[in-house]
Amino acid sequence: MESFTTPLLTGTSTGAILLIAALGLALTFGQMGVINMAHGEFLMAGAYTTYLTQQVVSSADVSVLLAIPVAFLVAGLLGLALEAGIIRWMYHRPLDTLLVTVGVGMVLQQLAKDLFGAQGDPVREPGWLQGNLTVLGYHWPYTRMFTIVLAVVALGGLAALLKRTRFGRQIRATVQNRDLAETMGISTRRVDRITFFVGSGLAGVGGVAVALASGTNPTLGTSYIIPAFLVVVAGGLGQLRGTVLAAWLVGVVTAFLTDWFSGSTAQVITFALVVVFLQVRPQGLFTVRTRGLA
Amino acid sequence: MSTSRTRLAASTAAALAAALVLSSCGGSKSDDGSAAAADSCVDTSGDTIKLGFLNSTSGAMAISEQTVRDSLLLAAKEINADGGILGKQIEPVEEDGASDPAVFAEKIGKLLTSDCVAAVFGGWTSASRKAMLPVVEGSNGLLFYPVQYEGLEASENIYYTGATTNQQIIPAMDFLASKGVKTLFLAGSDYVFPRTANKIIKQYAAELGIEIVGEEYVPLDSDDWSTQVAKIVKAKPDFVFNTINGSSNVGFIKAYYEQGLGPDTSPIISVSIAEEEAPAMGKDVTGQFAAWNYFQSVETPANEAFIEAFQAEYGADRPTSDPMEAAYTSLYLYKNIVEKAESFDVDDVNAASDGVSFDAPEGTVTIDGENHHIAKTGLIGRINAENQFDVVWSSEGPIEPDPFLEGYDWWDPSAE
Amino acid sequence: MSAARRTPLATALRGWGGLLGIALLALALLVVAPAVLSDFRLGNLGKYCCWAIAAVGIGLAWGRGGMLVMGQGVFFGIGGYAMAMHLKLEAAGPGNVPDFMQLYGDGTMPGWWEPFRSGAFTLVAIVVLPALVALVLGYAILKRRVRGAYFAILNQALAVTFATLLVATIKQTGGFNGLNSFPTFFGYNLYDPVNKQMIYSIAAGLLIACLLVVWHLGRSRFGELLVATRDAEERVRFLGHDPANIKLVAFVAAAVMASIGGAMFAPIAGIISPSDVNAAASILLIAGVALGGRASLLGPALGAIAVGYGQSALSESFPNHWSYFQGALFIVVILLIPAGLASLPPRLWAALPRRGRTRKAATA
Repeated sequence: MESFTTPLLTGTSTGAILLIAALGLALTFGQMGVINMAHGEFLMAGAYTTYLTQQVVSSADVSVLLAIPVAFLVAGLLGLALEAGIIRWMYHRPLDTLLVTVGVGMVLQQLAKDLFGAQGDPVREPGWLQGNLTVLGYHWPYTRMFTIVLAVVALGGLAALLKRTRFGRQIRATVQNRDLAETMGISTRRVDRITFFVGSGLAGVGGVAVALASGTNPTLGTSYIIPAFLVVVAGGLGQLRGTVLAAWLVGVVTAFLTDWFSGSTAQVITFALVVVFLQVRPQGLFTVRTRGLA
Repeated sequence: MSTSRTRLAASTAAALAAALVLSSCGGSKSDDGSAAAADSCVDTSGDTIKLGFLNSTSGAMAISEQTVRDSLLLAAKEINADGGILGKQIEPVEEDGASDPAVFAEKIGKLLTSDCVAAVFGGWTSASRKAMLPVVEGSNGLLFYPVQYEGLEASENIYYTGATTNQQIIPAMDFLASKGVKTLFLAGSDYVFPRTANKIIKQYAAELGIEIVGEEYVPLDSDDWSTQVAKIVKAKPDFVFNTINGSSNVGFIKAYYEQGLGPDTSPIISVSIAEEEAPAMGKDVTGQFAAWNYFQSVETPANEAFIEAFQAEYGADRPTSDPMEAAYTSLYLYKNIVEKAESFDVDDVNAASDGVSFDAPEGTVTIDGENHHIAKTGLIGRINAENQFDVVWSSEGPIEPDPFLEGYDWWDPSAE
Repeated sequence: MSAARRTPLATALRGWGGLLGIALLALALLVVAPAVLSDFRLGNLGKYCCWAIAAVGIGLAWGRGGMLVMGQGVFFGIGGYAMAMHLKLEAAGPGNVPDFMQLYGDGTMPGWWEPFRSGAFTLVAIVVLPALVALVLGYAILKRRVRGAYFAILNQALAVTFATLLVATIKQTGGFNGLNSFPTFFGYNLYDPVNKQMIYSIAAGLLIACLLVVWHLGRSRFGELLVATRDAEERVRFLGHDPANIKLVAFVAAAVMASIGGAMFAPIAGIISPSDVNAAASILLIAGVALGGRASLLGPALGAIAVGYGQSALSESFPNHWSYFQGALFIVVILLIPAGLASLPPRLWAALPRRGRTRKAATA
């Protein structure tokens, strides 16, 4: 039994981190069509924010909770700066945006190395997250369960924002028809900016989860960016439920493959599975009903 | 566009390409097969002698290799203050290996053939050493490599001042056997050193009657160890043998403690966690073990002087570790060989190297002229609350280096 | 991709001016460089030439075809490892097994290594293998009319996977260490400076040859269709062509060139390892192309040589800051001069009548 529960639960935790990383992308890529390769570095910025918060507020019990909104803000502001400084000039050049943000990612990585050192810094978990819960033979660490809570909260918040608020309606209107939205009096520039802020901020929250799971290090973004993109694509653009399902599947499948084979083999097979899946179903898990996204 | 012009252009292109390739091949048919090592261009006429320091000061390995660079520069400064080598002041030529094997190969070529240094000191990863090996052999140069490694190598042009497997891995196994360990779990990065080390461990474990209850590898850059650690929890081994590289250790240690493991249940013995790494684990690792040939806590007069000089140069908060000590030692060993040979010439150095020794911080070390490794004492340390290591076990005196494990009859290189 | 910049440059490409440029480059690389550079610097230039060969292919696929090939490291690696396997077997001698397999494995050689003992097979494999892989991948992806961004990301994912696979197969491919220690190249002693110079000349010669191929393609009907597909895929479809086939040809050609570059890289650098073929290496190849000018003839090659030189030179003087330079290069070049340095002279030439920027919704 435990040979089944262990990968299932570890995979679910991994999937949760992947989901938070992918949620922001689902917004910036899925809704706006902007490919931000520096998204992984926003994740890294969130992780370092967690570390810095812990330096300032020494009580780990408080600092991690405090780090969540701060990381959201830090990564969000980075995203806002990126949008205002670079991306807004390039909405008509998606592939070039991709490359420019690769450059931004490199600069941010090197900056983190210069500021914090290449080694990476440890993040202490709060006392209330120490220990583990034994589920059918697997000692499930509370920190890993916490990432799931964080993912659920982020998802709920984002869904509520998109579905329930006036601003959410404005985002959806802009995505569906930019010109018409503008005619209706929506400032699409403002919508772009705030969407990017929220999407990037979510990466910061993902960074808190990553910091708790494995500490900080300047290159941590690179190991999440490609899987997160694949999750968004495989889930179906503009489809949050697709993103959720895809993130969970990728996490769990990787965990099972890791259990059966080895970590490296698992990575290779998961990638191959996603690519093959996209061949069979390029529109992703769920079909989109907006224009121009096929 | 007319087809004739297109065709003309195509045939021109093809003909040109063929001509170029043929001409360039034909133009240089000369002494294939014969070893045509370039003549040494080292200039020994002046008051100084150039030595190359080749470490990664950028990229993922920079944090580790910078410490080696620091100790090399310290040794050079001390030797210069003491009159230099054969009366010549050391003139360091510093290069960055950029954590990339291809760059190491390129830069050691530059140091040996373009800067004409008498010897190169540096390298860290096995990949960097393997990449430099053909270059240093091809130009008959000298490389001093300061890091413990997976053994099974001996080059005429390389001196290995870190441990080979019979000076680190095998003593660690002897220590485990002395503790009455019956079951062992192997956790490593998916890399040459862990794979080779574990091959040796498995064969020696069979000899010692220790059962291997699991063997797991994770990609070098991976932080997620939760699945593998769950297997350790299930296997309940007496000890975990950790051959994980670099920052991946953080994720491993984290998952290990989070799933309820600790030094009381399944303690870890590591071969890559030293004084620098221990405080960066994010968990209190007190009580865990490590196998090295040097700890900062080693009590020798030479070590006292080394630590004092190092901290005076770089700050009192800087710890000293095994690879740093091995690099520091390598430069002094080179000085001693050259002064015995009374020559900087590579062949003279090789002829004189056997038996040359140095009172290193770790204790007296002696070069084996046959395989270019040095005799070292195997030590096991236990991490204390200050992230220093208390020596809990040591081999009986320095162990003669045996990179190919020829003196161990249980070793079968062709077995799995 | 917007249809903007295609003015004097593309026109010049079609004429014989391109050929003159290639001839000048050939003169510089094959005559001047060997005469003035030291053996060490010439070896470095040889490495840059290998990257330039791959870059010429990227120029074709990306600059002309609009496909952002972010995983060319895979094809560079196929060529590089194929050549390296042959050189390892040559070093081992007939009937023997490469040294690393005895060290890390049980001393047996996997069957798929055996054919690489033959030099002829290896040379054929260097061309055919990447072509086959590109054909299968390209067919699967391009026929699906995948958006440009998917294509780029899938490519990048492929490079990540390829490198992971290499690292994980130590016993078969040398793992993270890769393959190295090649004493000879088809019988020629690689430690001999004369032979090193010969290998350099082959690499430079192959670069010139690839440029000639691209120059020729640029003047052909296929070249026109390729650019047309990049700028208005639907219209090309309406004209009765299958854009996927046109792109596929460019993708395969780019893959073969990358493979040839890799095959020469192994003996010149003396090593091929996962870090030469992973995602970061693939992006470095793109950097040169972007800098030089993706759609120009000589831009990608010169850009790749410049980036290679810049990396060596800057890492000598500012070891810690190469990443900043590389990042800034992407940002500045792509944002401000998307057509690369090659576009500057013609633009300065025609600077007076400034054209207004059209800002239209994305339709890539």
